[in-house]
Amino acid sequence: MTNTTTDLTRATAAQLADLLAAGQVSSVEVTQAHLDRTTAVDEQVHAYLHVAGQSALAEAAEIDRRRAAGEPLHRLAGVPIAVKDVMTTVGMPTTCGSKMLEGWIPPYDATVVAQIKAAGLPILGKVNMDEFAMGSSTEHSAYGPTRNPWDLERIPGGSGGGSSAVVASFQAPLATGTDTGGSIRQPAAVTGSVGTKPTYGGVSRYGLVALASSLDQAGPCARTVLDTALLHEVMGGHDPRDSTSIDAPVPAVVEAAQRADIKGMKIGIVKELTGEGYQAGVSARFEESLQLLVDAGAEIVEVSCPNFRYALAAYYLILPSEASSNLAKFDAMRYGLRVPPTGIDHPSAEQVMAASRDAGFGDEVKRRIILGTYALSSGYYDAYYGTAQKVRRLIANDFDRAFETADVLVSPTAPTTAFRLGEQLDDPMAMYLNDVATIPANLAGVPGMSLPSGLADEDGLPTGLQILAPAMQDQSLYSVGAALEAALTDRWGGPLLDRAPDLTAKGA
Amino acid sequence: MTTTVDEVLPYDEALAAFDPVMGLEVHVELGTNTKMFCGCATTFGAEPNTQVCPVCLGLPGALPVVNAMGVESAIRIGLALNCEIATWCRFARKNYFYPDMPKNFQTSQYDEPIAFNGYLDVEVPGEHGEEPWTYRVEIERAHMEEDTGKSLHVGGSTGRIHGAEYSLVDYNRAGIPLIEIVTKPLTGAGERAPQVARAYVAALRDLLKALDVSDVKMEQGSMRCDVNLSLRPKAGEPTSPEQAAVPLGTRSETKNVNSLRSVERAVRFEICRHAAVLSNGGSIVQETRHFHEDTGATTSGRIKSDADDYRYFPEPDLVPVAPSREWVEELRATLPENPAEHRRRLQTEWGYSDLEMRDVLNAGALDLIERTVAAGASAQSARKWWLGEPSRRANTEALELVAYADQVGLTPAYVAELQSMVDAKRLNDKMARQVLEGVLDGEGAPTAVADARGLELVQDDGALEAAVAKVIEGNPDVADKIRDGKVQAAGALIGQVMKEMKGQADAGKARELILSTLGEG
Ligand SMILES: [Zn+2]
Repeated sequence: MTNTTTDLTRATAAQLADLLAAGQVSSVEVTQAHLDRTTAVDEQVHAYLHVAGQSALAEAAEIDRRRAAGEPLHRLAGVPIAVKDVMTTVGMPTTCGSKMLEGWIPPYDATVVAQIKAAGLPILGKVNMDEFAMGSSTEHSAYGPTRNPWDLERIPGGSGGGSSAVVASFQAPLATGTDTGGSIRQPAAVTGSVGTKPTYGGVSRYGLVALASSLDQAGPCARTVLDTALLHEVMGGHDPRDSTSIDAPVPAVVEAAQRADIKGMKIGIVKELTGEGYQAGVSARFEESLQLLVDAGAEIVEVSCPNFRYALAAYYLILPSEASSNLAKFDAMRYGLRVPPTGIDHPSAEQVMAASRDAGFGDEVKRRIILGTYALSSGYYDAYYGTAQKVRRLIANDFDRAFETADVLVSPTAPTTAFRLGEQLDDPMAMYLNDVATIPANLAGVPGMSLPSGLADEDGLPTGLQILAPAMQDQSLYSVGAALEAALTDRWGGPLLDRAPDLTAKGA
Repeated sequence: MTTTVDEVLPYDEALAAFDPVMGLEVHVELGTNTKMFCGCATTFGAEPNTQVCPVCLGLPGALPVVNAMGVESAIRIGLALNCEIATWCRFARKNYFYPDMPKNFQTSQYDEPIAFNGYLDVEVPGEHGEEPWTYRVEIERAHMEEDTGKSLHVGGSTGRIHGAEYSLVDYNRAGIPLIEIVTKPLTGAGERAPQVARAYVAALRDLLKALDVSDVKMEQGSMRCDVNLSLRPKAGEPTSPEQAAVPLGTRSETKNVNSLRSVERAVRFEICRHAAVLSNGGSIVQETRHFHEDTGATTSGRIKSDADDYRYFPEPDLVPVAPSREWVEELRATLPENPAEHRRRLQTEWGYSDLEMRDVLNAGALDLIERTVAAGASAQSARKWWLGEPSRRANTEALELVAYADQVGLTPAYVAELQSMVDAKRLNDKMARQVLEGVLDGEGAPTAVADARGLELVQDDGALEAAVAKVIEGNPDVADKIRDGKVQAAGALIGQVMKEMKGQADAGKARELILSTLGEG
């Protein structure tokens, strides 16, 4: 193996880990290669909001020193990673894609970030997202959109478009994401990458700037199922600082990804998540994947989840309600943006709060705060928030029943391939429909994964397949994901992302 | 800023026309070592913003974790108030914007309190010869919540936010565990409503102290009382069914009334104010009011309106609290004796008459006496000392006895020490009073005061014998009378002996010596 920059950025995290362990490359070389790649392509992609080259190289050097000293290291030690800008990081800005937090440097690390640091993964920087994770395109970032490496005129998904684009453009082998209604899975689907939303409570939320506390879940983003599993293991586990964290060992996801064994497994197709409303190429790739799963020894069954049709409506009551309360803390009193109101000589605290919130929040955030404030208002609470919570219970019941007949469920991740930048900006409802297949998992707290299923014939853009498993059975996602990935890679004659355009040739 | 002075109706006239109904909301800061949702310390009086962390500052991403000791205290309080304990309950977010509230919502409990449906029997002391009266205060709920930070408004004249130049916020208090105890509407108290309110808050304070869950210092704000009051037309005796059938009137809410005396005065003032408004054909505005210690009056605060919508919803960052029945029963077993029963037991043990006990309770001296007895003094002597000079001075300074003793540094141990010096005949009664005054004047412990002031009974029998001999010699007539059996004449000689000894002698001993010298001993 020649240690050219290109080779190192094309390698998977698992391959890099092996090279590092064997002493064939140093972490400094690997980290530098990814930083160089960012210099070469990120002007076009705009995945990063903050590149932390110096601290990443320092951490890489430290790992190299420790490795040379023979210290026991985590398997992923020295493999660099990008972090979604919704996670607090000591010494690095954390903006959540909002003007509200421009320049805010947190005094504490999110638990996930602390775990990444403890495992010795150099953090390359913070990646872009829709403002406070509200959106499916990263167009709602206050710092400009991220672009899809497959077609720079198209969206990379959202809210975690920075995370999907950074791995799909080979600027990082791994990235963290958060998924409230599909923000890991939908970006993975439209960029030809892999992402998992673990079981709710499987990964600590401490230090994740909350969007909707009962739905938010952090998870891993990568280019392969195994890499995703490796990062899942680093991120997961019980955290006493998060009351909703599950006090149980992380499911054996890496082992499942390595075994890729689905013989005799029952795979359920959710009737309500297929057919009408799905782009033809998306459906075609989905059907092909089902056949490959059968060929690998699985049995396909059909299940019905009738209440899924109410999921979107319930989601858009619960999410804005919780968000309206979570975002109340941004009041210009202690940190973040402070804008004095114009035309008032001695403004009151309330007037400063109002002016700052008006200046600091973007339209989509304001839209959801208004929605949520309304939904929680006395006299409306029962009809809106109360009813939405009942729907949530019904959706969980649908999952329970479906998992009585199927070990996992599958569907297309998103109804379409990546749409064009600006295409859905004036139509929030069209934007919200991108998450119709991913939202039920957040409402019920079950784990889900998206992995590439191919390219749509009509536009040559990536399509994604979603796998859903019962709560705390995250390893099932990896068994199925790895088996399908192996079959598809065989068919394609190599990873799908090898077919993505070469950004260095095209660019500048 | 202009202040309107409210009209008031004389109390008797108010009560002749109206029946008062009260609701009392008491906030108690728990004495846990750490805050309700984070590990920060709760020490009172620390430098501003030194007991804070990402959680209680509400920094983005931080999450709360429930303090188990806070829940335990809440359950014990609920049990002591004869409440049912929820098998499953949640925290809720109370959303409103205020700079001293870091998250702009308060984590509280809304429709699922940890404890509910209880009562506290309160002994209302008799005044002007009335019999003491037991009044049952029905408890609606006791729930857990977190305190807010504290704003200090600088500049301006009122110390309130209006007119201030700038405000400083101290978040040390943000997140300190609070229990809010809410009564049901208290009816039937009639003209004794102010005393009932005071007696309830006092009883609650005693109970919480006995539970050892809070330091319940009203003057430091660790126990705060909001007084809701409304009047309705009088229809019969306060406890009569005709009266109970009259609907409740509009209430006012007087916030943060911070002493027992103020609770009583605030209720009384609001009765007179409401009565004046209603008698003049006016209507009561539903509003919060502030009580002023100096004038004993309340003034208008914020008007409450339907626009106050806190948009409560279950706190999604916390899991439900589901105390097992085993745990609740374990906690029930740790409850201290009910204060009323405790008082009855002490009265028997100490041999106090009903009158003596009533004086002790009215003086707020029970706990002090109990601790003094525990420190070795007799019950009678402890009562004598506490109800003497300290009570007199506390009264002059309009302080609770406990608060006064705290302020001047008079402890039960000191009182016991003082009495032990009397018992050991180091001091006589008069000297002991002087020593006590020295302690109250801040001169230190009784022994130190006695030493510094040179107060000590002369133990040297030789000096006493010499003084006795001198006085007998100087009063041969009186000596003869005594020799003739008129023992009562000894009093004249004792006085002179004490004078010779400059007061520092044991009068009893002087008497013995005189009598024995004159052959009557
Ligand atoms: Zn704290």
